[in-house]
Amino acid sequence: MTSRLVGWVDDRLGTARFTRRVLNKVFPDHWSFMLGEVAVYCFIVLVVTGTFLSFFYEASPQTTVYSGSYDPLTGVEVSRAYASALNLSFDVRAGLFIRQMHHWAAVVFVAVLSLHAARVFFTGAFRRPRELNWVIGASLLLLALVNGFTGYSLLDDQLSGTGLRIGYSVVLSVPVVGTWLVSLLLGGEFPGPDLLSRLFVLHIMIVPALITGAVMAHFVILIRQKHTQFPGPGRTETNVVGLRLWPTYAAKAVGLFFLTAAVLAALAGLVQINPIWLFGPYRVADVSAAAQPDWYMGWLEGAQRLMPPFEIHLFGYEIPNPFFPGVLLPAVTFLLLFAWPWIEARVSGDNTEHHLLDLPSDQPIRTALGVGAIAFYGILFLAGSTDVIAVWAHISVNVLVRILQVAVIVVPVAAALVTKRACRRRRQLRAAAMGPKVPT
Amino acid sequence: MSAVPGIAFGVAVASAAGLAVVFWTGGDTRLEGVLLAAALGGLGVGIIAMAKLWLRDELDTEDRGLLASTEDDRLEARVLVEAGNEPLKGRRRALQLMVAALGALGAALVFPVRSLGPRPAGGLRSTPFRSGGRVVTADGLPVKADAIPIGGELTVFPEGHTLAADAPAVLVRVEARLLNLPDERQAWTVDGLVAYSKICTHAGCPVGLFEAESGLLLCPCHQSTFDVLNGAEPTFGPAARKLPQLPIAVDGEGFVIATGDYSEPVGPGFWDRT
Repeated sequence: MTSRLVGWVDDRLGTARFTRRVLNKVFPDHWSFMLGEVAVYCFIVLVVTGTFLSFFYEASPQTTVYSGSYDPLTGVEVSRAYASALNLSFDVRAGLFIRQMHHWAAVVFVAVLSLHAARVFFTGAFRRPRELNWVIGASLLLLALVNGFTGYSLLDDQLSGTGLRIGYSVVLSVPVVGTWLVSLLLGGEFPGPDLLSRLFVLHIMIVPALITGAVMAHFVILIRQKHTQFPGPGRTETNVVGLRLWPTYAAKAVGLFFLTAAVLAALAGLVQINPIWLFGPYRVADVSAAAQPDWYMGWLEGAQRLMPPFEIHLFGYEIPNPFFPGVLLPAVTFLLLFAWPWIEARVSGDNTEHHLLDLPSDQPIRTALGVGAIAFYGILFLAGSTDVIAVWAHISVNVLVRILQVAVIVVPVAAALVTKRACRRRRQLRAAAMGPKVPT
Repeated sequence: MSAVPGIAFGVAVASAAGLAVVFWTGGDTRLEGVLLAAALGGLGVGIIAMAKLWLRDELDTEDRGLLASTEDDRLEARVLVEAGNEPLKGRRRALQLMVAALGALGAALVFPVRSLGPRPAGGLRSTPFRSGGRVVTADGLPVKADAIPIGGELTVFPEGHTLAADAPAVLVRVEARLLNLPDERQAWTVDGLVAYSKICTHAGCPVGLFEAESGLLLCPCHQSTFDVLNGAEPTFGPAARKLPQLPIAVDGEGFVIATGDYSEPVGPGFWDRT
């Protein structure tokens, strides 16, 4: 029966030829190569759960009186958006579970993407001929951040509404065109009548379409160029050693998808995330202490908190403070990220094709810079929670801010120097163990 | 060992059945999580166990081949494209007009973007506060001046505009002799009662925390701190400008009224704010 069906399809599409070629492809096997895979699986979970949620969510700031099952908010005037989120959480079967699975998947998605990017960076997999895929990957990271932020901001709760207000001020701070950009996004002054519906379109249509396209391009390039591999017995720059796609690699990949989804399901059912009913609906004049964005925004939040009160005033125009940590910092960050393959190629003078990966210690300078960068953004992440840390550690938040303002400069430099030294050491030990034939 | 796939799939089947029952009987978030995790996990463990136990795990080698096309291919490709373009070689004028048409159309198509919204610059410079209007709380109730003790703090709005995002003000009472304001601004206070914009001049969060002993207003978002006694000058954190002051007075019946709009545009800065 199946062979008849397969024959029918092949008669029209010639699929057997394609199948022969693709099923034989060899994929190198290393645990760190699974990170990108897990990211894709998170995205699949996001799309599936997100589709369900989109049937219930209302992107409307019009007010309504809440009358659902959550008693503490009965009779309170809230936006229809917030009411629809409460409805999902309390009056739709499996609604809370799917909402939480969606949110956990988003949080894990960005985390795994970051780990994957770090793996690619520290093993030099971005070098020629994979510069384009690196740029596509960096774009994916940026798109994931945007979709995460727009996603949790749709619910119009007190916490995410505060974040939107900060975001608005950051966009407003852009020189010359800030007020125009804000009108594009909001249709007017904050909060604007169109903010939620435009965020909704961005979140469910525009950005997911871009992510899907970018992931497909990422895959096609990967298949065309074949995956990189670590050096080892029998592995050269001109071959790939690993498992054939069919059956073993495909089976493991499918199994990993189910395991990833299983972990997300367990988190969704057992670990509460984003309890918007506790935050309450967004009120423009209200705010609470210990307001924290989702984890991946922490570096931007920390940068805002550490930034000294510096503004530029020129000829009656101004560039206000939030511009520097809110626009300039991420712009420079992503610019450096996008340009890295070319920066490294220029500085190292190495423009040859590479299909064998570096061990991080093989490249002390790159690894040191990477560790320094991680330390820098890590301190910014810490700085994003100064009030929380101050309470927990019983120290003054003012003192903590001063400490971190110094640390954010000193620690990355120290970390980079220590790392460079450790890499050099590691290389020497490895060379000594392998004998005098191997050049360092 | 070879029983693992069977057991794993068995667990998955049972969990999926359980999940169906849970859905049927109204749902329960924790059970949904555990059962779905077990169903998915059972499938995952089973498939991976099958692969490790019974599928071929020898390593194979595949030649990478060359990524770049051969010189011949590149040449052929270029020849193909150029041969196709050949007839247009002498038609420069037509080609230039085509490019001009594409450019003009592209430029025209940008205009609908303008419909996305009015530039908010006008609205950014004023709030609904007007001279003579009573201030009200979020519930719309007017405020008796002597209801606020020293150290007291209240969030107020213009009457009829309790939802205006740029309007909220912090009304605080400090000891009058401690207020250190220039004379024109002193006239904007009443017996230690002073009002500033609640919208932080850094990134727009409500400056919601008042520490009465030190007379400091603290914004919880990025810890900008403003000195109430000295015209809400920023003393810590990233805010670079003081909170705009709202001129207030007390009317004949003892209610707090505004006597004008804020001293300058409220909230975070923008390019042409001044």
